[in-house]
Amino acid sequence: MGLLSASVSIVRYTVNGNIKAPIMDSIAEGLHRHRIKEIDNHPQDKIVGWTAYKNPYVADFSGSSFSYDPYILFSMRIDKKSIPSKIVKKQFLAEVSRRLSDGSRQYISRNEKADIKNQIVESLNIKIPATPNIHDIVWLPEASLLYFFSTLKSANEELESLFLKSFDVSLIRLFPYTQAYFKAGLSESDLDKLSRLTPGHFATT
Amino acid sequence: MLDVSVTYNRFKFLGHEYLTWIWYSIETGTYRNFFDTRDNILITVGNRIVLENRLSKEIETVTIKGDSADLKEGMVALKKGALVSEISIKIEKDGQPWTLSLKGESLSIANLKTPPAGQVQDPEDVDGAVLEKIYLFEAVMKILDTLYLSFIKQRTGDDWNRKIKGKIRQWVKKN
Repeated sequence: MGLLSASVSIVRYTVNGNIKAPIMDSIAEGLHRHRIKEIDNHPQDKIVGWTAYKNPYVADFSGSSFSYDPYILFSMRIDKKSIPSKIVKKQFLAEVSRRLSDGSRQYISRNEKADIKNQIVESLNIKIPATPNIHDIVWLPEASLLYFFSTLKSANEELESLFLKSFDVSLIRLFPYTQAYFKAGLSESDLDKLSRLTPGHFATT
Repeated sequence: MLDVSVTYNRFKFLGHEYLTWIWYSIETGTYRNFFDTRDNILITVGNRIVLENRLSKEIETVTIKGDSADLKEGMVALKKGALVSEISIKIEKDGQPWTLSLKGESLSIANLKTPPAGQVQDPEDVDGAVLEKIYLFEAVMKILDTLYLSFIKQRTGDDWNRKIKGKIRQWVKKN
Protein backbone atom coordinates (compact mmCIF):
# COMPACT_ATOMS: atom_id res chain seq x y z
CA MET A 1 0.00 0.00 0.00
CA GLY A 2 1.37 3.34 -1.00
CA LEU A 3 1.54 6.29 1.32
CA LEU A 4 -1.15 8.13 -0.66
CA SER A 5 -3.58 5.20 -0.28
CA ALA A 6 -6.81 5.79 1.63
CA SER A 7 -5.70 3.29 4.27
CA VAL A 8 -2.08 2.47 5.16
CA SER A 9 -0.09 0.24 7.49
CA ILE A 10 3.08 1.54 9.10
CA VAL A 11 6.06 0.07 10.93
CA ARG A 12 8.43 2.57 12.47
CA TYR A 13 12.20 2.24 12.79
CA THR A 14 14.98 4.19 14.43
CA VAL A 15 18.17 4.55 12.38
CA ASN A 16 20.99 3.32 14.58
CA GLY A 17 24.14 5.20 13.62
CA ASN A 18 25.29 8.15 11.59
CA ILE A 19 25.19 8.40 7.84
CA LYS A 20 28.51 9.53 6.40
CA ALA A 21 28.59 13.27 5.61
CA PRO A 22 27.56 14.82 3.30
CA ILE A 23 24.37 12.92 4.10
CA MET A 24 22.49 13.60 0.86
CA ASP A 25 25.42 12.34 -1.22
CA SER A 26 25.69 9.17 0.88
CA ILE A 27 21.96 8.54 0.57
CA ALA A 28 22.02 9.12 -3.20
CA GLU A 29 25.00 6.80 -3.55
CA GLY A 30 23.38 4.05 -1.41
CA LEU A 31 20.11 4.27 -3.33
CA HIS A 32 21.87 4.17 -6.70
CA ARG A 33 24.22 1.31 -5.76
CA HIS A 34 21.33 -0.87 -4.56
CA ARG A 35 18.65 0.24 -7.04
CA ILE A 36 16.45 -2.52 -8.38
CA LYS A 37 17.65 -4.32 -11.50
CA GLU A 38 15.27 -5.93 -13.96
CA ILE A 39 15.25 -9.75 -13.91
CA ASP A 40 12.74 -10.34 -16.72
CA ASN A 41 14.34 -12.60 -19.37
CA HIS A 42 16.91 -13.71 -16.78
CA PRO A 43 17.00 -16.99 -14.81
CA GLN A 44 17.00 -15.17 -11.42
CA ASP A 45 13.71 -15.72 -9.56
CA LYS A 46 13.78 -12.82 -7.08
CA ILE A 47 15.41 -9.43 -6.58
CA VAL A 48 15.08 -6.65 -4.03
CA GLY A 49 16.21 -3.07 -4.53
CA TRP A 50 15.41 0.60 -4.11
CA THR A 51 13.30 2.47 -6.60
CA ALA A 52 11.93 5.96 -7.08
CA TYR A 53 8.66 6.84 -5.33
CA LYS A 54 7.16 8.72 -8.26
CA ASN A 55 8.02 6.16 -10.90
CA PRO A 56 8.74 2.81 -9.25
CA TYR A 57 9.35 1.15 -12.63
CA VAL A 58 12.33 3.36 -13.40
CA ALA A 59 14.87 3.33 -10.57
CA ASP A 60 16.27 6.77 -11.29
CA PHE A 61 17.47 8.89 -8.36
CA SER A 62 19.12 11.63 -10.34
CA GLY A 63 18.70 15.26 -9.31
CA SER A 64 17.92 14.38 -5.67
CA SER A 65 14.41 13.38 -6.76
CA PHE A 66 14.11 11.48 -3.46
CA SER A 67 14.47 14.65 -1.37
CA TYR A 68 11.28 16.19 0.04
CA ASP A 69 13.02 18.39 2.58
CA PRO A 70 13.21 17.43 5.44
CA TYR A 71 12.08 13.98 4.32
CA ILE A 72 13.69 11.37 2.10
CA LEU A 73 11.10 9.52 0.09
CA PHE A 74 11.71 6.38 -1.95
CA SER A 75 10.41 2.83 -2.27
CA MET A 76 11.64 -0.72 -1.91
CA ARG A 77 10.65 -3.04 -4.73
CA ILE A 78 10.59 -6.81 -4.45
CA ASP A 79 10.29 -8.54 -7.83
CA LYS A 80 9.45 -12.21 -7.61
CA LYS A 81 8.62 -14.89 -10.14
CA SER A 82 6.11 -17.51 -9.14
CA ILE A 83 6.12 -20.72 -11.12
CA PRO A 84 3.16 -23.01 -10.42
CA SER A 85 4.56 -26.27 -9.03
CA LYS A 86 2.27 -28.29 -11.32
CA ILE A 87 3.95 -26.81 -14.41
CA VAL A 88 7.38 -27.78 -13.05
CA LYS A 89 6.09 -31.28 -12.27
CA LYS A 90 4.55 -31.68 -15.74
CA GLN A 91 7.74 -30.63 -17.54
CA PHE A 92 9.91 -32.71 -15.18
CA LEU A 93 7.94 -35.93 -15.79
CA ALA A 94 7.94 -35.30 -19.53
CA GLU A 95 11.73 -34.88 -19.55
CA VAL A 96 12.28 -37.97 -17.38
CA SER A 97 10.10 -40.02 -19.75
CA ARG A 98 11.98 -38.67 -22.75
CA ARG A 99 15.37 -39.65 -21.28
CA LEU A 100 14.17 -43.17 -20.41
CA SER A 101 12.38 -43.71 -23.69
CA ASP A 102 15.41 -45.01 -25.60
CA GLY A 103 15.41 -48.05 -23.26
CA SER A 104 19.14 -47.87 -22.51
CA ARG A 105 18.52 -47.46 -18.76
CA GLN A 106 15.87 -48.25 -16.15
CA TYR A 107 16.14 -45.24 -13.88
CA ILE A 108 17.54 -41.71 -13.47
CA SER A 109 19.89 -40.88 -10.58
CA ARG A 110 18.94 -38.42 -7.84
CA ASN A 111 21.57 -35.94 -9.04
CA GLU A 112 20.32 -36.09 -12.62
CA LYS A 113 16.74 -35.53 -11.42
CA ALA A 114 17.89 -32.46 -9.45
CA ASP A 115 19.70 -31.16 -12.56
CA ILE A 116 16.60 -31.67 -14.70
CA LYS A 117 14.47 -29.79 -12.17
CA ASN A 118 16.96 -26.91 -11.95
CA GLN A 119 17.11 -26.61 -15.74
CA ILE A 120 13.30 -26.54 -15.99
CA VAL A 121 12.97 -23.90 -13.26
CA GLU A 122 15.73 -21.83 -14.87
CA SER A 123 14.14 -22.00 -18.32
CA LEU A 124 10.70 -21.12 -16.93
CA ASN A 125 12.21 -18.21 -14.96
CA ILE A 126 13.55 -16.78 -18.22
CA LYS A 127 10.05 -16.90 -19.75
CA ILE A 128 7.96 -15.74 -16.75
CA PRO A 129 7.95 -12.03 -15.88
CA ALA A 130 8.53 -11.03 -12.26
CA THR A 131 5.66 -9.62 -10.21
CA PRO A 132 6.68 -6.34 -8.54
CA ASN A 133 5.67 -5.44 -4.97
CA ILE A 134 6.32 -1.87 -3.96
CA HIS A 135 6.62 -0.60 -0.38
CA ASP A 136 7.04 3.12 0.27
CA ILE A 137 9.53 4.57 2.73
CA VAL A 138 9.67 7.97 4.43
CA TRP A 139 12.97 8.68 6.17
CA LEU A 140 13.63 11.63 8.48
CA PRO A 141 17.44 11.73 8.82
CA GLU A 142 17.36 14.56 11.35
CA ALA A 143 15.17 12.52 13.71
CA SER A 144 16.84 9.17 12.85
CA LEU A 145 13.35 7.91 12.12
CA LEU A 146 11.97 5.87 9.24
CA TYR A 147 8.40 4.94 8.33
CA PHE A 148 7.95 1.76 6.33
CA PHE A 149 4.54 1.31 4.74
CA SER A 150 4.12 -2.42 5.19
CA THR A 151 3.61 -4.70 8.16
CA LEU A 152 4.55 -7.83 6.15
CA LYS A 153 7.25 -9.70 8.07
CA SER A 154 9.15 -10.73 4.92
CA ALA A 155 9.14 -7.17 3.52
CA ASN A 156 10.35 -5.75 6.84
CA GLU A 157 13.21 -8.27 6.95
CA GLU A 158 14.22 -7.38 3.38
CA LEU A 159 14.16 -3.69 4.31
CA GLU A 160 16.41 -4.17 7.36
CA SER A 161 18.92 -6.17 5.35
CA LEU A 162 18.99 -3.88 2.29
CA PHE A 163 19.19 -0.70 4.38
CA LEU A 164 22.28 -1.96 6.23
CA LYS A 165 23.98 -2.94 2.95
CA SER A 166 23.15 0.40 1.35
CA PHE A 167 23.89 2.93 4.08
CA ASP A 168 26.18 1.10 6.53
CA VAL A 169 23.82 1.78 9.44
CA SER A 170 21.23 -0.55 10.90
CA LEU A 171 17.52 -0.10 11.44
CA ILE A 172 15.99 -0.97 14.79
CA ARG A 173 12.29 -1.66 14.69
CA LEU A 174 10.29 0.36 17.21
CA PHE A 175 8.29 -2.13 19.28
CA PRO A 176 7.33 -1.76 22.96
CA TYR A 177 10.83 -2.14 24.43
CA THR A 178 12.79 -0.25 21.76
CA GLN A 179 10.21 2.56 21.55
CA ALA A 180 10.60 3.03 25.31
CA TYR A 181 14.39 2.70 25.19
CA PHE A 182 15.11 5.01 22.26
CA LYS A 183 12.20 7.43 22.06
CA ALA A 184 10.72 7.96 25.53
CA GLY A 185 13.64 9.97 26.93
CA LEU A 186 13.84 7.82 30.07
CA SER A 187 16.48 8.49 32.72
CA GLU A 188 19.20 5.91 33.44
CA SER A 189 17.29 4.67 36.49
CA ASP A 190 14.02 4.38 34.50
CA LEU A 191 15.85 2.46 31.75
CA ASP A 192 17.12 0.11 34.42
CA LYS A 193 13.57 -0.31 35.75
CA LEU A 194 12.34 -0.88 32.20
CA SER A 195 14.75 -3.78 31.68
CA ARG A 196 13.52 -5.40 34.90
CA LEU A 197 9.76 -5.09 34.26
CA THR A 198 7.73 -8.28 34.53
CA PRO A 199 4.25 -9.01 33.13
CA GLY A 200 1.21 -7.88 35.09
CA HIS A 201 -2.56 -8.10 34.67
CA PHE A 202 -5.72 -6.50 36.01
CA ALA A 203 -7.67 -9.64 36.90
CA THR A 204 -10.29 -9.20 39.60
CA THR A 205 -11.54 -12.76 39.91
CA MET B 1 20.94 -2.09 26.70
CA LEU B 2 19.46 -5.57 26.42
CA ASP B 3 19.96 -7.55 23.22
CA VAL B 4 17.33 -6.13 20.83
CA SER B 5 16.69 -9.51 19.22
CA VAL B 6 15.39 -11.01 22.47
CA THR B 7 13.45 -7.98 23.69
CA TYR B 8 10.65 -8.31 21.12
CA ASN B 9 9.27 -11.47 22.69
CA ARG B 10 10.35 -10.71 26.23
CA PHE B 11 8.53 -7.37 26.33
CA LYS B 12 5.45 -8.30 24.29
CA PHE B 13 3.48 -8.00 27.53
CA LEU B 14 4.38 -4.30 27.73
CA GLY B 15 2.50 -3.63 24.48
CA HIS B 16 -0.53 -5.56 25.74
CA GLU B 17 -0.51 -3.66 29.04
CA TYR B 18 -0.20 -0.42 27.05
CA LEU B 19 -3.27 -1.12 24.93
CA THR B 20 -5.25 -2.11 28.03
CA TRP B 21 -4.12 1.14 29.64
CA ILE B 22 -5.25 3.03 26.49
CA TRP B 23 -8.72 1.48 26.76
CA TYR B 24 -8.88 2.46 30.46
CA SER B 25 -7.60 5.98 29.70
CA ILE B 26 -10.19 6.47 26.95
CA GLU B 27 -13.11 5.17 29.00
CA THR B 28 -12.19 7.21 32.08
CA GLY B 29 -11.05 10.26 30.10
CA THR B 30 -7.66 10.30 31.88
CA TYR B 31 -5.81 10.49 28.53
CA ARG B 32 -6.79 14.18 28.48
CA ASN B 33 -4.25 14.83 31.26
CA PHE B 34 -1.40 14.12 28.83
CA PHE B 35 -2.39 16.76 26.26
CA ASP B 36 -2.72 20.49 26.24
CA THR B 37 -6.44 21.35 26.32
CA ARG B 38 -5.81 23.76 23.43
CA ASP B 39 -4.95 20.73 21.26
CA ASN B 40 -8.64 19.70 21.36
CA ILE B 41 -7.85 15.99 21.29
CA LEU B 42 -10.66 13.48 21.55
CA ILE B 43 -9.95 9.74 21.54
CA THR B 44 -12.58 7.03 21.31
CA VAL B 45 -12.50 3.25 21.00
CA GLY B 46 -13.12 2.05 17.45
CA ASN B 47 -14.97 -1.00 16.24
CA ARG B 48 -12.49 -3.75 17.10
CA ILE B 49 -10.72 -4.98 20.24
CA VAL B 50 -8.79 -8.25 20.55
CA LEU B 51 -7.90 -9.59 24.00
CA GLU B 52 -5.51 -12.38 24.94
CA ASN B 53 -5.42 -14.27 28.19
CA ARG B 54 -2.02 -15.78 28.89
CA LEU B 55 -2.85 -16.70 32.49
CA SER B 56 -4.69 -19.81 31.37
CA LYS B 57 -2.85 -22.95 30.23
CA GLU B 58 -3.56 -22.21 26.57
CA ILE B 59 -3.73 -18.67 25.21
CA GLU B 60 -7.40 -17.62 25.00
CA THR B 61 -8.34 -14.96 22.46
CA VAL B 62 -11.50 -12.87 22.50
CA THR B 63 -12.32 -10.68 19.49
CA ILE B 64 -15.00 -8.00 19.67
CA LYS B 65 -15.87 -6.25 16.44
CA GLY B 66 -18.65 -4.28 14.84
CA ASP B 67 -19.81 -0.68 15.11
CA SER B 68 -22.39 -1.48 17.77
CA ALA B 69 -20.38 -4.21 19.50
CA ASP B 70 -20.96 -4.76 23.21
CA LEU B 71 -17.63 -4.35 25.00
CA LYS B 72 -18.89 -6.19 28.10
CA GLU B 73 -17.40 -9.44 26.86
CA GLY B 74 -14.05 -7.68 26.80
CA MET B 75 -14.52 -6.56 30.39
CA VAL B 76 -15.26 -10.14 31.42
CA ALA B 77 -12.03 -11.21 29.72
CA LEU B 78 -10.11 -8.44 31.55
CA LYS B 79 -11.58 -9.63 34.86
CA LYS B 80 -10.17 -13.08 34.15
CA GLY B 81 -6.71 -11.65 33.47
CA ALA B 82 -6.76 -11.03 29.71
CA LEU B 83 -5.00 -8.01 28.20
CA VAL B 84 -5.72 -6.10 25.01
CA SER B 85 -3.53 -7.30 22.13
CA GLU B 86 -5.11 -5.16 19.37
CA ILE B 87 -7.36 -2.12 19.49
CA SER B 88 -8.82 0.20 16.91
CA ILE B 89 -9.19 3.80 17.95
CA LYS B 90 -10.41 7.09 16.56
CA ILE B 91 -8.40 10.21 17.28
CA GLU B 92 -9.80 13.64 16.62
CA LYS B 93 -7.68 16.78 16.76
CA ASP B 94 -9.44 20.09 16.18
CA GLY B 95 -12.32 18.10 14.70
CA GLN B 96 -10.09 16.29 12.17
CA PRO B 97 -10.44 12.47 12.40
CA TRP B 98 -7.84 9.70 12.17
CA THR B 99 -8.76 6.03 12.59
CA LEU B 100 -6.22 3.25 13.10
CA SER B 101 -5.56 -0.14 14.63
CA LEU B 102 -2.68 -0.66 17.03
CA LYS B 103 -1.04 -4.01 17.60
CA GLY B 104 0.40 -4.39 21.10
CA GLU B 105 3.33 -6.71 20.54
CA SER B 106 4.83 -4.72 17.65
CA LEU B 107 3.26 -1.26 18.05
CA SER B 108 2.65 -1.46 14.30
CA ILE B 109 -0.19 0.60 12.90
CA ALA B 110 -2.72 -0.83 10.49
CA ASN B 111 -5.72 0.58 8.60
CA LEU B 112 -4.59 4.14 9.26
CA LYS B 113 -6.98 6.59 7.67
CA THR B 114 -6.11 10.25 7.89
CA PRO B 115 -8.35 13.29 7.47
CA PRO B 116 -8.88 13.95 3.77
CA ALA B 117 -5.81 15.37 2.02
CA GLY B 118 -5.73 17.32 -1.26
CA GLN B 119 -6.70 15.38 -4.37
CA VAL B 120 -4.04 14.58 -6.96
CA GLN B 121 -5.45 15.83 -10.26
CA ASP B 122 -2.23 15.85 -12.27
CA PRO B 123 1.42 14.82 -11.71
CA GLU B 124 2.35 18.29 -10.49
CA ASP B 125 0.04 17.86 -7.48
CA VAL B 126 1.91 14.79 -6.20
CA ASP B 127 4.64 16.61 -4.24
CA GLY B 128 2.13 18.74 -2.34
CA ALA B 129 -0.14 15.76 -1.64
CA VAL B 130 2.81 13.71 -0.37
CA LEU B 131 3.96 16.43 2.01
CA GLU B 132 0.41 16.97 3.27
CA LYS B 133 -0.05 13.24 3.84
CA ILE B 134 3.26 12.95 5.72
CA TYR B 135 2.22 15.92 7.85
CA LEU B 136 -1.01 14.08 8.71
CA PHE B 137 0.92 10.90 9.57
CA GLU B 138 3.32 12.83 11.76
CA ALA B 139 0.46 14.59 13.56
CA VAL B 140 -1.10 11.30 14.66
CA MET B 141 2.31 9.75 15.47
CA LYS B 142 2.96 12.66 17.81
CA ILE B 143 -0.27 11.92 19.66
CA LEU B 144 0.53 8.19 19.83
CA ASP B 145 4.06 8.94 21.06
CA THR B 146 2.66 11.19 23.80
CA LEU B 147 0.35 8.38 24.90
CA TYR B 148 3.14 5.79 24.92
CA LEU B 149 5.56 8.10 26.72
CA SER B 150 2.90 8.79 29.39
CA PHE B 151 2.26 5.06 29.79
CA ILE B 152 5.92 4.09 30.02
CA LYS B 153 6.64 6.84 32.56
CA GLN B 154 3.77 5.52 34.69
CA ARG B 155 4.76 1.89 34.14
CA THR B 156 8.36 2.43 35.24
CA GLY B 157 7.35 4.80 38.06
CA ASP B 158 6.62 3.94 41.68
CA ASP B 159 2.96 4.88 41.33
CA TRP B 160 2.21 1.99 38.96
CA ASN B 161 2.01 -0.62 41.70
CA ARG B 162 0.92 1.82 44.42
CA LYS B 163 -1.95 3.57 42.58
CA ILE B 164 -2.44 3.10 38.84
CA LYS B 165 -2.76 -0.68 38.75
CA GLY B 166 -5.38 -0.44 41.50
CA LYS B 167 -7.31 2.24 39.60
CA ILE B 168 -7.39 0.12 36.45
CA ARG B 169 -8.55 -2.89 38.51
CA GLN B 170 -11.33 -0.76 40.03
CA TRP B 171 -12.43 0.30 36.54
CA VAL B 172 -12.47 -3.32 35.39
CA LYS B 173 -14.44 -4.38 38.48
CA LYS B 174 -17.04 -1.60 38.06
CA ASN B 175 -17.77 -2.41 34.39
